[in-house]
Amino acid sequence: MDYRSMQLQQLADGLRARDFSSRELTESVFAAIDKTEPVVGAYITLTRDIAMKQADRVDALLSEGRELPPLAGIPGALKDNIATAGIRTTNASRMLADFVPPNDAFVWRILRQQEMVLTGKANMDEFAMGHSTETSAFHRTRNPYDTSRVPGGSSGGSAAAVASGEACFALGSDTGGSVRQPAALCGIVGMRPTYGLISRRGVTTFSSSLDQIGPMTRSVRDNALLLDVLAFFDEKDAQSVARRTDSFVREADAPFGQPVIGWPQSYFELNDLRGDVKALLEKARDFYASIGARIVPVDLKTLDACLAGYYIISSAEGFSSMNRFDGIHYGRRSDGGNSLEDIYFHSRSEGLGTEVKRRILLGCYALTQENYGDYYLKAAKVRTIVKREFEAIFRTCDAILTPVTATPAWPLGSHPEEMGGGKYSNDRFTLPPSLTGMPALELPAGMTGEGLPVGMQLIGPRFSEGALYRLAAAFEDAHGLLPTPEEVKA
Amino acid sequence: MSLQDYESVIGLEVHVELNTKHKAFCECSTAFGAPPNSQVCPVCLAMPGALPVLNREVVDSAIKAGIATHCTIEHFSRFDRKNYFYPDLPKAYQITQNDFPICTNGYVEVAAGENLRRIRISQIHMEEDAGKLIHHADGTEIDCNRCGVPLLEIVSEPDARSAEEAVAYLRKLRAMVRYTGISDGRMNEGSLRCDVNLSVRKKGEEAFGTRVEIKNINSFNFVARAIESEFKRQVDLLENDGTIVQETRRFDEKSGQTYAMRSKENAADYRYFPDPDLVPVRVTDEEIEEIRTSIPRMADERSAFYTDVYKLTAYEAERLTEDKEMSDFFETAVSHTRYPKTLVSLILADISPLFTEEMAEVPVSPSSLGSLSDLLGDDEINSSTGRRILKELLVKDFDPVAYVKEHELAQINDRGVLQPVVGAAVEANARAVKDFLSGKETALRAIIGFVMKQTQGRANPVLAETMIRELIAKAN
Ligand SMILES: [Zn+2]
Repeated sequence: MDYRSMQLQQLADGLRARDFSSRELTESVFAAIDKTEPVVGAYITLTRDIAMKQADRVDALLSEGRELPPLAGIPGALKDNIATAGIRTTNASRMLADFVPPNDAFVWRILRQQEMVLTGKANMDEFAMGHSTETSAFHRTRNPYDTSRVPGGSSGGSAAAVASGEACFALGSDTGGSVRQPAALCGIVGMRPTYGLISRRGVTTFSSSLDQIGPMTRSVRDNALLLDVLAFFDEKDAQSVARRTDSFVREADAPFGQPVIGWPQSYFELNDLRGDVKALLEKARDFYASIGARIVPVDLKTLDACLAGYYIISSAEGFSSMNRFDGIHYGRRSDGGNSLEDIYFHSRSEGLGTEVKRRILLGCYALTQENYGDYYLKAAKVRTIVKREFEAIFRTCDAILTPVTATPAWPLGSHPEEMGGGKYSNDRFTLPPSLTGMPALELPAGMTGEGLPVGMQLIGPRFSEGALYRLAAAFEDAHGLLPTPEEVKA
Repeated sequence: MSLQDYESVIGLEVHVELNTKHKAFCECSTAFGAPPNSQVCPVCLAMPGALPVLNREVVDSAIKAGIATHCTIEHFSRFDRKNYFYPDLPKAYQITQNDFPICTNGYVEVAAGENLRRIRISQIHMEEDAGKLIHHADGTEIDCNRCGVPLLEIVSEPDARSAEEAVAYLRKLRAMVRYTGISDGRMNEGSLRCDVNLSVRKKGEEAFGTRVEIKNINSFNFVARAIESEFKRQVDLLENDGTIVQETRRFDEKSGQTYAMRSKENAADYRYFPDPDLVPVRVTDEEIEEIRTSIPRMADERSAFYTDVYKLTAYEAERLTEDKEMSDFFETAVSHTRYPKTLVSLILADISPLFTEEMAEVPVSPSSLGSLSDLLGDDEINSSTGRRILKELLVKDFDPVAYVKEHELAQINDRGVLQPVVGAAVEANARAVKDFLSGKETALRAIIGFVMKQTQGRANPVLAETMIRELIAKAN
């Protein structure tokens, strides 16, 4: 069946109209997986048997005439840092290659209640530390639009699965851009909501003050629908915040009005921003102006400071959250050595990859008594300054339009893992929303001449998801969905 | 120079295990003695992605402790992570308050000779306990039941100058936690644990010496012994041109000495930083006031009331209020007697040991003890009968008035009743009478003893003596 031409709402309607069954839909998705997965490698674990059972259950319920929630019977993927009781949750690490959590993450509990069909656990950078899904301890994931290129990361498996039709939607997690950046490189829609809007409970912690779960979908309305399902106050997550709207979908469809969109000129003057990326963003800007938005130049000075601030805070918090993976409490225990110290040393040396070790060491260094003031406290100050800068802009703007990455997807293996330049700086546009806790929506801006997707980012003040969806929906309605990789190749 | 020329400068860090129903950051039970790892959940086991949520009961307990020790209750405080690896710590960090504790700048007053001395408290903060390692011949097991049990750490300024003052301070803190009901304060079960920071200096000097920390001492007695032995060790070093090293030591209960811990444990850098999983703790003035009115009157307040109203000595008042149960007992009993001073001496002499560490049952009811005090105060019974009845009361409670009647124990205060007995006594003790007349006062005791024996101890001994003297004077 042709599920690729349908959005989530149409799939839900089709299932209820008995145009097709969840079993047929699920089998079609697994047929795509069988065909594409050997090349793309979006998953660490496929849950075909579970998916078929879930699909049959939904079909049975539907034939009884039961009313089911919107995602019932629709196959989707979860990033492999989201705890799924009874299903291994590896975090793409050797350390947790055999780890089967006893409890469900809050978001997975919601989605199970929704009767969604789980296709599998998506590949990612190890413990979400990376930008290309190349730090996964299992395998690399390839970009469905050009399989010689990376899908981005760290939620690269989730992005590739949605882009290639190996899932109808996916969840990712976003610490510094890990939903938005792979969504941009794979030509899909990725939302990083307001910090705390989706409970983090049961999603392996990388950096608590930055981590957010985000919906990854083909269309803007799919994304709003998924956020509607996931945004629930969780009293067991101290940072959880209550939503302020009944329906993000409805807000996406509200009249466009005359929004004010900020255009940060300095972002577009950066040397490494590729010309074709810049041109697509300018076209988007002009489109918005043409449908009634007011474009105002905004002055943002903190982008470079964000990069340093982000790496210090995320690595410091990451260092601390990662220490439980010591071979004693959690993680594969090494056979080498008998003393406590030897167990720690060998288990961590063998179990963790280079990028994770690099971040742990950076965090460990930034938090020593001697360095705390020069690094951690300064980074915390940067964070406050960035927050103030954005809050000031949002007194007059409804949203800011920025690039997501300076370039489209790059070739596999072409970025050496190095700190403070190269690959890391490519991602800096996604950092301000992470540091400020403000929502940011990525959507496709178009394609380059070589057929690679380019994303754009709309940043808004806290709880402005509805307004961001509205802006994005207007663009998508005028431009249509990006052609799928199959359509590009055909 | 000798020991007398030096003084110790002592600061104390006291860990109080709170008796909240649930752990600090999850809903697990804190009950003692459950089978290993039966009171655990993803949060206290540190499952990947598990998140702590602060149990507000812990904040209330901290505020109670702060109010009871005259602290400033901070409207804003924050939790930090203290990072270190150890198998009893599943998260590899302890949630504690490093930079912004909930209570600051308090004090406790302790008796120092005639005067009261003020031991200042620099801060009280909230934190969580670690688990327990169980070592076997073939390996080590981890019991996580205690992981996440809430603790308060009460940190004093270096104001104590002797082992006695340090112990008096600890007794005060123990009384405080029991008065406020935030902990059972049992040192032998580890709900009160103490680290001692100690340096020495010559008396009269202002500057502090090099500080040594003695970790994890678990009885008042050991605290005193650890301080005394560490004081001697440091003075010895100074007297013999040695150097005191800033380090952490442990007290060995068998040898009575302190010994240094591995230098590695001394070099730890805990890499504190604010815990990003938790939000800052905010406390309003209304909450503080509500808690202030809810906690029972503290020892100091009661003590002042006792000396003022019941005319107790400062010593009696302090002893009585050392334990809340004992003080409560006194307050109930005192409403049943017209003789508070008599009641106090009964409590302090025979009942107070029952209120100490072991918390044995106190069989006697406050009203019975009040009645007994009245019987004694009204001379209804003499003191030896009083002691006899109290001994019985400590086995099983009964009404002393009825008991005295039933067993005919009432003191004989009637001259008419005593007259023949006294006559017989003087007659039967001619030798003693002769000795008395020749100036040997003590000879009278034998004659009184005879009267007491004849009356099964019920004669009023003072009246008996008067009557004996009168009779001998009349006859000679
Ligand atoms: Zn627990």
